Amino acid sequence: MSTTSEPILRVEGLHKSFAGVEVLHGVDLAVAPQELVFIIGPSGSGKSTLLRCCNRLEEPTSGRIVVDGTDITARSTDINVVRRGIGMVFQSFNLYPHMSALGNVTLALTKVLGKSRAEATEIGRAALDRVGLLFKEAAFPNELSGGQQQRVAIARALALEPKVMLFDEPTSALDPELVGSVLAVMRDMRLSGMTMIVVSHEMRFARDAADRVVFMDAGRIVEEGPPEQIFTRPQHQRTSTFLEAVGGH
Amino acid sequence: MLARLQENFFNLDVAWRYLPSIGEGMIVTIHLAVLIVFTGLGLGLLLAFLRALQWRVLSWPIVIFADIFRALPPLVVLIIFYFAGPFVGIRMSGFVATWLSLSLALAAFAEEIFWAGILSVGRGQWEAARSTGLRYGQTLGYVVLPQAVRLAIPPLTNRTIAVTKMTALASVVAVEEILANAATAQAYSANTTPLTMAAIAYLVIFVPLVAFSRWIEHRFAWKH
Ligand SMILES: Nc1ncnc2c1ncn2[C@@H]1O[C@H](COP(=O)(O)OP(=O)(O)OP(=O)(O)O)[C@@H](O)[C@H]1O
Ligand SMILES: [Mg+2]
Repeated sequence: MSTTSEPILRVEGLHKSFAGVEVLHGVDLAVAPQELVFIIGPSGSGKSTLLRCCNRLEEPTSGRIVVDGTDITARSTDINVVRRGIGMVFQSFNLYPHMSALGNVTLALTKVLGKSRAEATEIGRAALDRVGLLFKEAAFPNELSGGQQQRVAIARALALEPKVMLFDEPTSALDPELVGSVLAVMRDMRLSGMTMIVVSHEMRFARDAADRVVFMDAGRIVEEGPPEQIFTRPQHQRTSTFLEAVGGH
Repeated sequence: MLARLQENFFNLDVAWRYLPSIGEGMIVTIHLAVLIVFTGLGLGLLLAFLRALQWRVLSWPIVIFADIFRALPPLVVLIIFYFAGPFVGIRMSGFVATWLSLSLALAAFAEEIFWAGILSVGRGQWEAARSTGLRYGQTLGYVVLPQAVRLAIPPLTNRTIAVTKMTALASVVAVEEILANAATAQAYSANTTPLTMAAIAYLVIFVPLVAFSRWIEHRFAWKH
């Protein structure tokens, strides 16, 4: 983890309310380039909301989020341009069911980046190759296993060459035997230097691959640190209670 | 008894005499039906797209239009266009009046069906598309509408058949389609065989359509 370099993503004093009920009470988080930050915490603690504020799928109520020098909450910022640089992977894959795997990956390449069809196909196939699914380029989502669908979804985000990738429980909807293939892809991305923020319950993956683990509870970051510290010497009672409950010890 | 039935409903002489007239009526009916299907479905899809842009100035009139034209009997609309139009300086042929009134009726239903399809596409599809930088309209056009159209196909085919069958209404505004020609022939020949022929002519046109709708429903049955 390189704490000295300028963070590529910085969240400052983030508050978020839904219909007057505040669910994030001032979150601060800085993520360095190439860092893999793992966010854990009980259900309803605000992990997804934090992640979704980072590409403004949710509008922050107050606070600032700066991605690669751009304040994405500023009124003058075109959020559609910002989103090209932030990939997101969802628990439920959300592949477009009416398009082939390759079609899923190339849509934004042609419509957002304005690439030619030939160029988009080349980039799209390279992205599918990276997740080990080039041989499935013509398959439709309903012809793919859950693990394969999630890898196509990762390729869809990767193809845009984002600066940061956000993962919201990428393996939670998968049968246990398919989890490994998705984690392998994520591990590979980490090795190639992708900056990643991962919300997940895969504690073993966190131990192996995370640079830093962030524990959230009730809309706040309770503590953060290297995985071995959080998992073996948590400073807060709430952290150890949570880890005991999920069997992360 | 059987002989009288045959004489009146299946009279071959009469049938032969009026076959050309019924045939011409069929061409008019098909012409009308095709125009109505394209106009009605096209307009319905356009209106659903515009409504989905969530621009109030547009969506309110669209909702009002759809409600009014789903509620009004098409015959009433047709008669207003044809008989009341001239009083305000709008003069149109019976053909145009039928085409317009039925297209508007179909558009109103199609808009609602497409709209229901748009609403039933999950939030995750919107979020996935927007997260890659696609704009709202692009997401609607490339991701949501294609799925909405698929979901809309079974209810749409049924509604389309129901509305296009109403081209028979054109007989009241002097359009020489199947039913009008059959009624004329029946009056001249004092024999009801032309009406039998009209029924057969409608079956010839619409049974294939019904079969086609079955096939298309089967083909587009949603698979996840
Ligand atoms: N769209 C919404 N409208 C209203 N409340 C919401 C909305 N989204 C989230 N919340 C609320 O915000 C709080 C945080 O939710 P969030 O989904 O961020 O939690 P989470 O940590 O991701 O939980 P989980 O582990 O179950 O996914 C919860 O109390 C939730 O009910
Ligand atoms: Mg969540």
